[in-house]
Parts: sequence; structure tokens; C-alpha cells
Amino acid sequence: METTKNYFFSDMAVMLGRSMRHILRSMDTIITVTIMPIALMLLFVYVLGGAIQSGTDNYVNYLLPGILLIAVANSVGYVSFRLFSDVQRGIFERFHSMPIARSAALWGHVLTSLLSNVISIAVIILVALIMGFRSPAGVLSWLSVAGILALFTLTLTWIAAIAGLSASSVDGASAIAYPIHFLPLISSAFVPTRSMPSGVRAFAENQPVTSIVETIRALLANQPVGSKIWVAIAWCAGIMLVAYFFAMRAYKKREAR
Amino acid sequence: MTQNEIAISVKGLKKSYKNVRVLTGVDFEVRTGSIFALLGSNGAGKTTIVKVLATLLKQDSGDVTVNGFDVLSKPENVRQSISLTGQSAAVDEVLTGRENLIMIARLWHLKHPPQVADDLLKRFGLTDAADRRASTYSGGMRRRLDIAMSLVGRSPLIFLDEPTTGLDPEARIEVWKIIKELAGSGTTVFLTTQYLEEVEQLADRIAILHKGEIIVSGTLAELKKLFPPAQVEYIEKQPTLEEIFLAIIGKKKEK
Ligand SMILES: Nc1ncnc2c1ncn2[C@@H]1O[C@H](COP(=O)(O)OP(=O)(O)O)[C@@H](O)[C@H]1O
Ligand SMILES: [Mg+2]
Repeated sequence: METTKNYFFSDMAVMLGRSMRHILRSMDTIITVTIMPIALMLLFVYVLGGAIQSGTDNYVNYLLPGILLIAVANSVGYVSFRLFSDVQRGIFERFHSMPIARSAALWGHVLTSLLSNVISIAVIILVALIMGFRSPAGVLSWLSVAGILALFTLTLTWIAAIAGLSASSVDGASAIAYPIHFLPLISSAFVPTRSMPSGVRAFAENQPVTSIVETIRALLANQPVGSKIWVAIAWCAGIMLVAYFFAMRAYKKREAR
Repeated sequence: MTQNEIAISVKGLKKSYKNVRVLTGVDFEVRTGSIFALLGSNGAGKTTIVKVLATLLKQDSGDVTVNGFDVLSKPENVRQSISLTGQSAAVDEVLTGRENLIMIARLWHLKHPPQVADDLLKRFGLTDAADRRASTYSGGMRRRLDIAMSLVGRSPLIFLDEPTTGLDPEARIEVWKIIKELAGSGTTVFLTTQYLEEVEQLADRIAILHKGEIIVSGTLAELKKLFPPAQVEYIEKQPTLEEIFLAIIGKKKEK
């Protein structure tokens, strides 16, 4: 029916408003996605920073990209959790029995993930500026950074969606967060990979987060990004498409069979 | 009966989950404006029937129309004309009672969502709790909010899947009152329950679901004739659902 299509965006706005409230009313979420990354940044810069040989004179500049990815990675466990509780409590069933677009409920969660990360990333960058972060990057570079962060967020969000839609327990839904938390830690987010033992270094240099971190770092420092940016985009886009496919399959399985 | 008088028509409904045959051929009709109760024990397939009627689940075979629309070919029209109160109270616990109602009113694209919410909060005795998160509500309040959310769209047909299971007696009586008022205002109510008492309180017509089929349907008076007589011990004891099944199945075999 036509009405359903006409109302798609207003329905999405309702869904978005609803899950943004979930985030803003959960102290736990706010701490994990914003305060924790900021605390990590303070720790690394003011406690460990003196001892780390990053090869740049401003360690905040080196650290910020990794901190932003950690903030995004920390947020996706909550995406799984929110999706899982909607399925479990019958809220999706309520929405699906109403005359609204079937996909609005799911896309509402995806958009919420994007918007909430935009907010926490903005806050973290603000704190970084206060701590001495400076960037000579122009508008185009900043837009590229925004694009890559959005792509990274969507990729992790769709992975989280698979878990949230197909898990049979809360723990199962949130378990997806752990491997994702780990990736930024074993990358060049905090220290250059050349300081790592060879096995770890091989992993760190070839996993997606390193290419993403280094692309963002180069863009923010106004240095040539080379092929890194394409490796980063290929990783994200590839994983996202696969994750999207499986998430949609899980979603369809949940709704009208 | 003409088309308009039939709110729900189910013919030869079959549904299996993988290799579990849940519904093996269900037939019934629900008249517009009546309270129809589907009685069955736990696992009989009541929720499965509700999900098929509410377009959440596709049947394997059988003709199912709701408000004149086929559930498979016209699901949008069906959804436009029904409201579902599922087995678990589907309220958003992080939101307040008022926010829950406003959210649903927005999704129905109504003109004045806050006004709609206020009216329903008042009608369901939730005004004082309106601005508290639903997670702080008692089971009865949650169920009332849940039903209120289903009334936002003013649908002519409402499904209530075990609306009183897990409620204390006082809350149960309140829900009964709400259901009676609903039917009084002309809404068709499709109710599922495990309790004979609930059926006696509310229903115009009853169908008993057992082992994948409707084993008997009719008015309460018609069914009472089939029930085993109430046993006089020290107090008069209602027959249990199981005793009724046995009695009915027994009588059918005698014929
Ligand atoms: N998604 C499902 N997959 C497999 N079996 C199911 C599923 N949903 C329900 N069942 C089974 O179907 C039967 C009927 O379930 P249901 O319709 O929920 O019964 P009721 O609502 O009467 O308690 C039960 O045996 C239940 O275990
Ligand atoms: Mg049930």
C-alpha cells in the first residue's frame, strides 16, 4: 500500500528517537562509548605517552584515530543488545503487526548506531583538541575521515545486527563485542607495529583496523594516504556486504515466515 | 451471515514448524462485534493461530481472511485494520508510559499524539504513572499499558493473546473490565486463554483447540451441555480443561 512508503521517513524518525532515548538514558552506554575512550586517551597521553616512541612529536595526533575506532567498537555490543531485547520482548512483533514499513524497525537501530557514534566522536575530538590535538587537514580530508568512520561504523553495526537478531540469550547477543574490542588493541592504534614481535606484527599489519587507523592518521596529518585508503575501504565494504546479507537473512527469519 | 458480519474466517488452516505439526486443520469464524475466545492448554497452538491472523507468520495451507482481507495476499490491509497484544507485554521499558503511547500514535500517523496518549492514560488509570519508566510498572500496569498501546490505532479488531496469564486476581479483573468495555464499544475481540473461568466471564463464543484442531465451538451454553457435571465435594469444583477435553472426546466417540 502506498501509505506505508510515504511514511517511511517519519516512521524512521520515530524509531530513531526511540533508540536514541535508550542510549541517553543508559549511563553504562555513555560511559563505555564516550567516557572510556576519553579516559584511555588521557591515560595514554599523560601516563604512558612519555615512554612511547610513536615517531611523531605530538602523541595525541598519533593516538586519536585509534581512540575513535575504539569508541565505535565499544558501541556495537549495545546495538546487539538493543536489537535482541526488541526481538525478545515482542516489540518487533508489535511493529510488524502495524501498518508501517517492515524494515523501519531494523533501520531505526542502524541509524541510531550511526548518529550516536557521530555524537560520541565529536565529543572525543573536542576533548582531543583541548589536549593539544591539531590537524592541518582541509575540508576534503575531514570529509574522507568522516566517510571512513561512517563506513567502519556501518560495518560493525551490521555484524552486531547478525548477533542481536539470531542470538538466543543476552550473553550470546553481546558476545560479539569481545573480538571487536580486541582488534584496535592489536593494531597500530597505540604504537607503531615495528615495535611488535614478528608474529603479532604480521597480524597487526594485515588486519583491517591498522589500515583504517593509518588512513585516518595520514588524512588528518595531511600526508599522502597512498593505497592504504583503498585497502581500508575494501575491508569495510567487503565485510559490510557479507554482514548485511546475513543480518537481513536473520531478520527475515524472525519476521513473517 | 453476510461478509461484513464476519471479522475472521479460517478454513483448513495448517501449520508446522520444521517437523512439528502444530495446526492440522483449523476451522472457525468470528462474528464482528463479538468476543471470541480460543481456549487451549499450553502449547496447543493458540499463539501460532494469532500470529497467522496478525500476518506475522505464514500458514502452510488454508484460507484465512481478516476483516475481509486475505492474510497472504493483502497483509497491508489486514495490518491497517487490526491491533495485536502479544503474549508478552510488548512495552518499551526504557520509555515512560506516556512516551510509549505517543510513539505508537506517531506510527499510526495520528493528528495529536500527546492528546491520544493522555486520553488513554486516563482511561486505563495510568495518569499518575504516566511519566515513570515502564520498567517500574507492576505486571498489571504493564499489561494495561500494553493493551492501551493496542487501542491507539482504534482498530475494529483486536487480538489479545493470553492477556491475563501471570497477573494477580485483582489485575485480572481489571483486564476483564477493559475487555468488556472494548466489546461494548463495538470492537471485535479475539482472545486466547487457558482459563475456563475467563471464558465464562467474557466470551460470546468459544472454540477449544486441542491437538491441532478445534474440537468444539459454540456459545458457552452450548458447550456447557458437553462439559462434565461440576463435582459436588465440599465446594463445587469447576471441571479442568483436561477433564473437558476428555469428556468431549469421549462424547464424540459415543456418537
Ligand atoms: N518458532 C517455533 N519453532 C518451533 N516450534 C515452535 C515455534 N513456535 C512454537 N512452536 C511449538 O508449537 C507448539 C504451539 O505453540 P504455541 O502456538 O505458542 O502454543 P500456545 O500459544 O497455545 O501455548 C508448541 O509445541 C511450541 O513448542
Ligand atoms: Mg501462546
